[in-house]
Amino acid sequence: MLKVDPAALSDDELLERYQRAAFDYFLENVNPDNGLVADTSRLNSPASIAVVGFALSCYPIGVERGWMTRDTAVKLTLAALRFFSTSRQGNGDDVTGHKGFYYHFLDMRTGLRVWRCELSMVDTALLISGMLVAGAYFSDDSGDEAEIRQLAEALYRRVDWRWAQGSSSTLRQGWKPKSGFLHYGWEGYNEAMILYVLSMASPDNPTSDNSYEGWTATYQWENIYGYDVLYGGPLFMHQFSHAWIDFAGIRDVFMREKNSDYFENSRRSTYLHRDYARHNPYGYGGYDENLWGLSAGDGPGRLRASVARQRRRFSGYAARGAPFGPDDGTITPWSYPASLPFAPDICLAALRHLGERYPEVIDNFRLPSGFNPTLANRRKFGRDGWVSEGHYGLDQGIVVMMIENHRSRLIWELMRSNPHIRRGLGRAGFSGGWLSQPASPASGDGDVA
Amino acid sequence: MSRDRTMANAFPVDRDDIELIRGAHPPLWKNPEPNGPYNLVVIGAGPAGLTAASEAANLGAKVALIERGLIGGTCINVGCIPSKAIIRTARLYADMRDAENLGGDTPDSLHIDFQRAMTRMRQIRQRISRADSAASLASAGIDLYFGEARFSGPDEVTVAGKTLRFRKALVATGARPALPTIPGLAEAGYLSNETMFDLTECPKRLLVIGGGPLGCEAAQAFCLLGANVILVQREPMFLPGEERDAAQILSDALAREGVEVRLNTEAVAVRTEGGKKLADLVRDGDTMTVSVDEIITGIGRSPNVDGLDLENAGVAYDATGIKVDDYLRTTNPRIYAAGDVCLAYKFTHTAEATARMVVRNALFLGRRKLSELVIPWCTYTDPEIAHVGLYPAEARQNGIPVKTYTVLMHDVARAVMDGEEEGFVKIHVREGSDRILGATVVASHAGEMINAVSLAMRSGMGLHALANVIHPFPTQAQGIKMAGDAYRRTRLTSFWKRLAARWLAWSRR
Repeated sequence: MLKVDPAALSDDELLERYQRAAFDYFLENVNPDNGLVADTSRLNSPASIAVVGFALSCYPIGVERGWMTRDTAVKLTLAALRFFSTSRQGNGDDVTGHKGFYYHFLDMRTGLRVWRCELSMVDTALLISGMLVAGAYFSDDSGDEAEIRQLAEALYRRVDWRWAQGSSSTLRQGWKPKSGFLHYGWEGYNEAMILYVLSMASPDNPTSDNSYEGWTATYQWENIYGYDVLYGGPLFMHQFSHAWIDFAGIRDVFMREKNSDYFENSRRSTYLHRDYARHNPYGYGGYDENLWGLSAGDGPGRLRASVARQRRRFSGYAARGAPFGPDDGTITPWSYPASLPFAPDICLAALRHLGERYPEVIDNFRLPSGFNPTLANRRKFGRDGWVSEGHYGLDQGIVVMMIENHRSRLIWELMRSNPHIRRGLGRAGFSGGWLSQPASPASGDGDVA
Repeated sequence: MSRDRTMANAFPVDRDDIELIRGAHPPLWKNPEPNGPYNLVVIGAGPAGLTAASEAANLGAKVALIERGLIGGTCINVGCIPSKAIIRTARLYADMRDAENLGGDTPDSLHIDFQRAMTRMRQIRQRISRADSAASLASAGIDLYFGEARFSGPDEVTVAGKTLRFRKALVATGARPALPTIPGLAEAGYLSNETMFDLTECPKRLLVIGGGPLGCEAAQAFCLLGANVILVQREPMFLPGEERDAAQILSDALAREGVEVRLNTEAVAVRTEGGKKLADLVRDGDTMTVSVDEIITGIGRSPNVDGLDLENAGVAYDATGIKVDDYLRTTNPRIYAAGDVCLAYKFTHTAEATARMVVRNALFLGRRKLSELVIPWCTYTDPEIAHVGLYPAEARQNGIPVKTYTVLMHDVARAVMDGEEEGFVKIHVREGSDRILGATVVASHAGEMINAVSLAMRSGMGLHALANVIHPFPTQAQGIKMAGDAYRRTRLTSFWKRLAARWLAWSRR
């Protein structure tokens, strides 16, 4: 529930509340000894390396906003970097990573692999991105901040991206000790841009030159509902890499061919999701121009119910997408702040609608992973339907970062100055826009609006 | 084959089957006596062989047609026809289950009569096979021989002790289910497309191995006919090669029907225990065992090249089939091949199309090319998935800039009325032009809808022109025209809009 009436708040006050609530997730769920952050706020949740990457990216925001001291931020950042630097790597058991990559989920205390999960390429890229943000932000001459810069650089440089290509040109999604590389379908545009940029920029173990071309060869440029878009079903695909890199005005070969850019593509994709909800082909509850947004997130679980006289099957945690599905009526409300920089008008309108119409979904301005209004007053669910229990670190991280990019561009500016990011974008064929201008020196003292 | 360890009866199962045999391989058939060389000897009386023999005979050629089994080949006897007949019954049950959605009353309890579905399938199969019975072929002037054909030289074939000399020959022996390599499966017994239509009762628990067209169709149909189906696919998506979104929709549809979908999963071993078949399934290195009553495999097809003594005729082949050039000629210039025995695209319609090419090329100095064919195909799940031409990834790999015009079936009025709004029409054009490169349609009747796109591609018609073709309203095929309309809207640039506005303003003066 919301303790303050959101309608009484200005846009910036509203965003500040949502951003602060999301930011606090990290302070509430971090293990200060090793810097690991829990995947979710649920009991006994392991750490997720991607969530640690988001945490490292959010601490500078916390410092700039006055939500934490620089000293605390340095301590938590160093704890994480030192942990990853000293934790065991190898292809056996009882390790944290292999070839410079890390397992997706780690024990919060020991930092060892849990759930027999996969060594995750994209989640490692999100973690490394957080490290690079820390390296760019903590620019003081103090010993601790110098150590942050040194560790961030070393941990980035030791990742063997070339190995992660396996025998193909594109990067593999994951690897397991017994079965080797996972061969999940990972074709088409998705959230992996940051992974390719980092991998191509690596000074020591870059991917082969054809990796980016191999990936973009699977793109589909489509006219859907009147929008020309590079299609990616779930909204997070249009958000995650954008949290670190400002893609406005810079173009690779593909976008030059299409006379567009990836920022504009995210904008159109956001509108496409809204239009899909207006169509609401399956008759799900609540869908309209202010309730939209399908993405990766928690769901009601495996149950069946009749919706608009049709049998529907619901899922648990899954990537949902529009317009080709899957769609079980589960909305990811954190999509609104996460797409804010691309389409502020419709995202703010949706965020306000959420607060007014579905107040029970929001826990004092903190957004859940998902909720399903179709299930309102059915089974054991309340008037707002099924609501995901607790909170997910990924969602909170993208909310903090994208609201900040919308308000002050802090992360974008930090990463613009990062030579690895610039080099990786160059190798992927990006040019124009801010890439045409020389990098400004990294600074943690930027003005915050 | 492993029929004795499965629940399938031995063919023939019933009187319709006996009738079918009477027409398609009469027990007392007397082979004709060869009388001089033939213009064309055709080996195999499946869709390719029947088409070639009939067309050639119709044009006055002296034709011999050799068949070792049943006339009609895979398509009629153990392929498209029986499977689609069963799918029709499965769709009926799906409609009965969803009757409320269609404004009807869903029966309180849905009794599924599996035997009746199979009996109907056999009746239909027998009825359709009558069109190409042995007697009708003979009366069309074709010398029909039953027996194993073997090449005894570069221009002669022996069958049942008789030697047939030819000017030209066509090998159209088709393909058969590839033998599965899963340890223990052959011993435990399994069904393929050659045996599953002999089932007389529905297996309670069914494991389908392979998520290609056959596996997906069988999994959905048997699920709707009452089986608990587990569908195992080694790849991360069904129908490898098809577009991601098409496979995604199919995956969701199968799961919604109640099929237990297991992607990225491989069946590695099978054994029997207490009358059940136990299959070990591995995913990402983790193994689990499922217990089922029957196993259907739908993994690949092997060309029928053995026993033909192709070496005697100098015809080269390998595990993928007989080697042919773009004119369908084998390494022996007198001998051609058509259909499944030589093609990657193993469909009845490609078998027939290539057979027609062979008649032109072999008998009338034709220069028809395989590479020039526009070949559509369709997987008959619900929704159906149909494709023609290039996929966007293929186009991009060839350096062709491609743009896709997508229409969702939920925007097609008739699809909404019919309660069949799942799916889409995607038409791929060369960026900056309206030249159609290919299309994928996912819809309840995608197989019917794709024809308009095939026709446009074959006749060189662009997407803009397709938008000008008037479609009766309301039809689901209107989805195709709507893609053309979407193209036309994007051509209406701001320049033309401004120009049109000025013209109209001037007209109002």
